Amino acid sequence: MGRVLGLVIWLITLGSVGMFVSKHWWFPESISEHGGAVDRQFTITILVVGIAFAAAQIGLGWVVWKYRDSSAATRATYSHGNNRLEVVWTVVTAVIFISLAVMGQRVWAALHLHAAPPGSYTVEVVAQQFSWNFHYHGKDNVFGRTDPKLIDDSALNYVGLDDTDPNAKDDAVVSTLVVPVNRPIELILKSKDVTHSFFVPQLRFKQDLVPGMAIPVHFTVNKTGKYELACAELCGMNHYKMKSYMLVLPEDEFNELVNLPQDKFQARRDELLNKYQLPQY
Amino acid sequence: MADGVHEEVHRHPAPTGFIRKYIFSIDHKVIGIQYILLALTAVVVGLVMSVLMRMNLSWPGTNWPIMGTLFPTGAPGGVMSPEFYLSLVTMHGTIMVFFVLTTAPQGGFGNYFLPIQIGADDMAFPFLNMMSFWVTFVGFVVLLLAIFAEGNVTVGTWVSKLGESFAAGSGTVGPIGGWTGYAPLSALGKIAGPGQGAGVNLWIISIAIFCVGSLLGALNFITTLLNMRTRGMTLMRMPLTCWAWFTTAILALLSFPVLLGGGILLLLDRVAGTSFFIPGGLYVSGSLVPLHNGGSPLLWQHLFWFFGHPEVYIAILPGMGATSHILSTFARKPIFGYRAMVFAIFAIGMLGFFVWGHHMFMSGMSPYSAVAFSILTLSIGVPSAIKTFNWLGTLWGAKIRFTTPMLFAIGFVSLFVAGGITGLVLGQTSLDFFFHDTYFVTAHFHLVMGVASIFGMFAATYFWFPKMFGRLMSESLGKFHFWVTFIGVYAIFVPFHAMGMVGMPRRYAQFGEYEFLKNTHGLVLFVTVAAIITAVVQLVFYFNFFWSMFKGKKAGDNPWEATTLEWTIPSPPPHDNFAGIVPVVYRGPYEFAVPGAPQDYVMQTQPGEAAVGSH
Amino acid sequence: MATVTSAKTAAKPGVGPGWPKPPGNNGSNGNGRGKWFGGRRPFSKDTYRITVWILLAAIVMMFVALASSYIVLSGNPEWQPVRMPRAFMFSTGLILISSVTMAAARHQLQQGPSRKYQGWLLATLLLGLAFLGCQYAGWKQLVNAGVFVSGNPHSSFYYLFTGAHGVHLLGGLTALAYLAVRSGRVLVGEANEKRSAATDAVTLYWHFMDGLWVSLFLLLWLWK
Repeated sequence: MGRVLGLVIWLITLGSVGMFVSKHWWFPESISEHGGAVDRQFTITILVVGIAFAAAQIGLGWVVWKYRDSSAATRATYSHGNNRLEVVWTVVTAVIFISLAVMGQRVWAALHLHAAPPGSYTVEVVAQQFSWNFHYHGKDNVFGRTDPKLIDDSALNYVGLDDTDPNAKDDAVVSTLVVPVNRPIELILKSKDVTHSFFVPQLRFKQDLVPGMAIPVHFTVNKTGKYELACAELCGMNHYKMKSYMLVLPEDEFNELVNLPQDKFQARRDELLNKYQLPQY
Repeated sequence: MADGVHEEVHRHPAPTGFIRKYIFSIDHKVIGIQYILLALTAVVVGLVMSVLMRMNLSWPGTNWPIMGTLFPTGAPGGVMSPEFYLSLVTMHGTIMVFFVLTTAPQGGFGNYFLPIQIGADDMAFPFLNMMSFWVTFVGFVVLLLAIFAEGNVTVGTWVSKLGESFAAGSGTVGPIGGWTGYAPLSALGKIAGPGQGAGVNLWIISIAIFCVGSLLGALNFITTLLNMRTRGMTLMRMPLTCWAWFTTAILALLSFPVLLGGGILLLLDRVAGTSFFIPGGLYVSGSLVPLHNGGSPLLWQHLFWFFGHPEVYIAILPGMGATSHILSTFARKPIFGYRAMVFAIFAIGMLGFFVWGHHMFMSGMSPYSAVAFSILTLSIGVPSAIKTFNWLGTLWGAKIRFTTPMLFAIGFVSLFVAGGITGLVLGQTSLDFFFHDTYFVTAHFHLVMGVASIFGMFAATYFWFPKMFGRLMSESLGKFHFWVTFIGVYAIFVPFHAMGMVGMPRRYAQFGEYEFLKNTHGLVLFVTVAAIITAVVQLVFYFNFFWSMFKGKKAGDNPWEATTLEWTIPSPPPHDNFAGIVPVVYRGPYEFAVPGAPQDYVMQTQPGEAAVGSH
Repeated sequence: MATVTSAKTAAKPGVGPGWPKPPGNNGSNGNGRGKWFGGRRPFSKDTYRITVWILLAAIVMMFVALASSYIVLSGNPEWQPVRMPRAFMFSTGLILISSVTMAAARHQLQQGPSRKYQGWLLATLLLGLAFLGCQYAGWKQLVNAGVFVSGNPHSSFYYLFTGAHGVHLLGGLTALAYLAVRSGRVLVGEANEKRSAATDAVTLYWHFMDGLWVSLFLLLWLWK
């Protein structure tokens, strides 16, 4: 029984580690500036995790194999423990874990403990059940005033844009996120109803959108293309299909698009969505 | 036979009559079994729900005739709707976390064996103990009512009469906000979605009732352990199971009241028009919400997770205690590092109060506090690692007897390592950017809570069954149960990590909308097959449990040759446990393989020249 | 290990040398003293005291959760401070006095049960009821001033704090009533000890309810 148990534990360990090592199911390719650092930190972490996992399971499999009760004559070793060993492995574990923890704050700090760099392009994001709204400030670089009392979904005023505000004249509100490549982006994240969450896997980024809050975040994308945007916080029955796209465009294509008025913006956006393909999965 | 002073005193008589003996009993042993039976019932409901979830994910859009018959609104044409799926997710989580993992380990085995292991005749407050079970039971009934209020038109119509926020009969089986019930989705009422009417109100009320039952239990556990240990039973001679139950009770005492507070605020938001969690300016389902203003959705998360994190330690600590106890017993060797184990249990318990923010890294809370929470979170890994090393140390140099309880205890160690180790990934803020709210998280908590914890319960069941019922469970059925379940749970939950690596989000009713998920279909199917097999095999356990109660091989006082006080009394024990005798304890609880002793175990009640093994 | 002892232990596990002389109390709580498994379980003075402290810990956690919520929400711009109704100031005075009467009752009991003990208990009970009456009056004053449960979080907390505290105070009043009902008899021995310990426990709970109300009152009044 001990041998079989040890063997099964080892096989399970082999399978589990193998699943990771094969990278058959893995992150999609990173497209953000900070993404490489995230992936590196993950690699270091999973290495530590994998070694600890394998060592513990192999150790477990080994002791149940070796110390199965085969002969009735002898007894187990009478030992209440070993304090020195306890101290050693506690200290070693603590050092490794705390180091991982500290290292794991770097990307977080870069993205969240600093404001968006000057020259960022800002887009307001307003999430709702079950779609995304992206508000672009247009040529004048000023967002038109919005007011929840002006929201009227049936009249297609999803974010409550105030038509009487001159700054709103050149604003566009569409359902796709369009960003320039190689330029810092700032998103102001808001929600109309319940908590949602902005998630593009390739971006290595996620942030909840909380009603009553306007949360600024920033990142830089360094690869053009079309990427799926998924809601990552349970928001109601159609949470599973609260979908949109993030279009990452070269600078000139981007500038041309975001200076268009509302209707032309949407038409051009449709063209670009057709032009760019999703990554190969 | 109990050793020690034979102070024969007048024994208080056992109760008579079926009701006093088995229904409204104040005997901690009966109450313990009642909790276990409640958990055994609840887990079936939770398990069926999870199988339905798997079926929906694997074969979306399929007509399941039985679903169409039972839930014509929620599964029209037999096809489970997304809201129906989400209500399964919510109720599965709620039932499993509260009515399985917070009942059986503590209220079940703890109630039964804490008094006996410390040498007491019952808990400090037997009447309060009975109340704690029945209050918990009422909480379960209210939760079941939520299923029917939403899922059944007749019951739903009746419940809707209670008021506006009690709108029912949506066709789901309960609320759709997940067991975490985030506001404002849970606070806004039915305008936020189907199932968010009466389902949420009943869910809150059920949990509030559960909080009260849990508090009554915690009072009893702590008072009993502090005040009623028998002669010679110092704190450092207590079995590790007692330390685990003690710490768990303290965690429950201090965390459940916070959930109760949060639940009251949420209920008030729903029925009294308050705005604790609802900010102003909301536009929901096509219209403005003018009546609410000034609330904070994040506040709910803080209150919930301040409870929620200690809660997961409440779920696992008793299993850790049982594992330590059972490993030592069947390794025929003292536990490695008893003092360190006590320290680790306490450290895990205490640190557990300071890390709740790791559930909220992406929530919009202060990124500075996220850093603090992250570093504290990874430090909880240290006492957990200590325990793992000590379990391995216990098995090193041992003489292992591979009984069914031992297999499950070893399984616990393996599964706890597998589940716990991914905490190192999820606890880092930078990595949580990708992994938050993906299946990687689901893999992590299912392995620790849903599997390791359950293995602790299985181990405890097979171990203590002979003491509770005077008969042994079948070893062959038990071993079969172990092998299929052990391999099965790995087959189910290791692939969840792969799904998380790809970025698969949680709580999705279907995966077909996204290209980036298209390569996961094979994994999803594999998991479902493994889940169905594993779920069905649990029938073997149920059969073994109930059949052995009547037909199992008769057990003596100490079939496992164990050392603690429960094995000094008959199986099953008399009403007052020690038959009027005050047990006296001379040594620690894990005195196995003592050099020079006549047998490879020395009972705690065995006197000796020097009291060996006190720590 | 001497052969004599090992022969004895080998014959019948558990029958050690020096049987049946019991060892001394080494470190446990001394529950071996006194009868344990009698028709009644022997009474331990500590039990009531420990239990009340543990209960208070739980109650503190709930009110700390509510108070933290109060503080967090007070930072929101939509928070509108509410004026403290006079009735609550009055009730605060009442509950403070009731703590004095409760302490007097306990002090009396220590000198032997008497009518004075009963009197002080009843005084506390009456003051407690008056307190609740005042709280209700405070609610009416709030309603008259247009301050309701819903709407502004500060107003919600007025009702919530007073309501939650009141519910817990009712529990204390029930315990007080129980003591008062049994206060007339002269008891001896264990029953007397029990009553004494119960009075101590209720006093502790009562003082806590007093302090809790004062804290909540100050929070509502001064933190706006």
